[in-house]
Amino acid sequence: MTEADEKTIQDLRRSGILLTTLEDLYNWGRSNSVWPLQFGLACCAIEMIAASMSRFDIARFGSEVFRPSPRQADLMIVSGTVTKKMAPQVVRLYNQMPEPKYVIAMGACAISGGPFKQGYNVLKGIDRYIPVDVHIPGCPPRPEALLHGLMELQEKIREQNLTGENRPRHLRSDVSGEFPVPEFGTCDLEPPSNPAVWTPPEPIREGL
Amino acid sequence: MESAEQLRDRLIAAFPEARVEVLTNPAPVAQHSLILDPAHAAQIATYLRDAPDLAFDYASNVTGVDRPDREIKEKITIKETVDGEEKEVAKEVTRTEPGYLEAVYHLYSMAKRHGPVILRLRTENRTDRVTLPSLTPVWRSCEFQEREIYDLFGIVFEGHPDLRRLLMWDDFEGHPMRKDYVEPDDYEWEPTPHDAFLIKAKRPGTGEEAAPAAS
Repeated sequence: MTEADEKTIQDLRRSGILLTTLEDLYNWGRSNSVWPLQFGLACCAIEMIAASMSRFDIARFGSEVFRPSPRQADLMIVSGTVTKKMAPQVVRLYNQMPEPKYVIAMGACAISGGPFKQGYNVLKGIDRYIPVDVHIPGCPPRPEALLHGLMELQEKIREQNLTGENRPRHLRSDVSGEFPVPEFGTCDLEPPSNPAVWTPPEPIREGL
Repeated sequence: MESAEQLRDRLIAAFPEARVEVLTNPAPVAQHSLILDPAHAAQIATYLRDAPDLAFDYASNVTGVDRPDREIKEKITIKETVDGEEKEVAKEVTRTEPGYLEAVYHLYSMAKRHGPVILRLRTENRTDRVTLPSLTPVWRSCEFQEREIYDLFGIVFEGHPDLRRLLMWDDFEGHPMRKDYVEPDDYEWEPTPHDAFLIKAKRPGTGEEAAPAAS
């Protein structure tokens, strides 16, 4: 849309005529009714619950409808430590969600394993197995941080195109929204990460 | 409530063949504990629960403790004959104290409002003779905690109704809370390594290569 068009649209809106595109309307509706999956893993879940209560009121963003079934959810808030025993179930829940689906990794543990990273029983970040849209740092993040993460996700949804090369996964037939569920090994999950989703970061070894 | 010593004397009077010792706690809290021998532990536990003036009806906590083998260095003086002359020679002797696994039970009485009484059961060693009697038939609240100890320390509780791993999955190998547990070497790059991880980060082949170390 050119600048002149934008000006015309604003002029028309002032005189009571709404002009928009299907893409904008579709994404506007989608981004304002992101229903999260109702599940919590650790202490971050308490902050998530606080965010959904009247003091912080996630309903202002249209996300107050926590669904108890993955079949009805659009957003998975991974709120807390993902243990190796729990990780296959988290991936399975993600696989059971219908497209379009989004993931927020909330808190240090969901991002990287956090303080338990080098332990024997904690997954070093859920982004090893499923694609994460928004990472929220913090231990735990404040409800405001979760709301900010949600707003970032809404921004991301509004910028998605319905057509073209960059269209999201749910509008493409060549990409699957299911990810392999890891299995229990003798001391770790097999495989320890999904290379299609996650590759180890490039090391920086200065000043060591 | 009776002190640990009084309780010990009472238990020995009730069960003459049982071995009951008091382990004193030198800290200001002075929570002394009773070391029971595993063979009579279940009887003694039932007695503690059912004696009307004790009435320990609540096992609040069951913990595992791992004591590895310890080397103790001691200085002793021996009389030795050196060049036909008897002398006192100071010698340093190392002896190994065998390690053991321990289950610690904290008991309270809801009815009498007293407690805690702390019971300790010790296994014979840390490798093959790691069986202890389960106190779950006496206090139901021990069930999950004994399962957790079995999972993380490897103590086998005889008489437990459902002894499976609790926190780790069934195919998991090893008991991670033991002092000699070797965790899988799955170290990978992190921005601010410290302590043991700094040593791992400095290893050749770790961190410098993008590929994660196989576990």
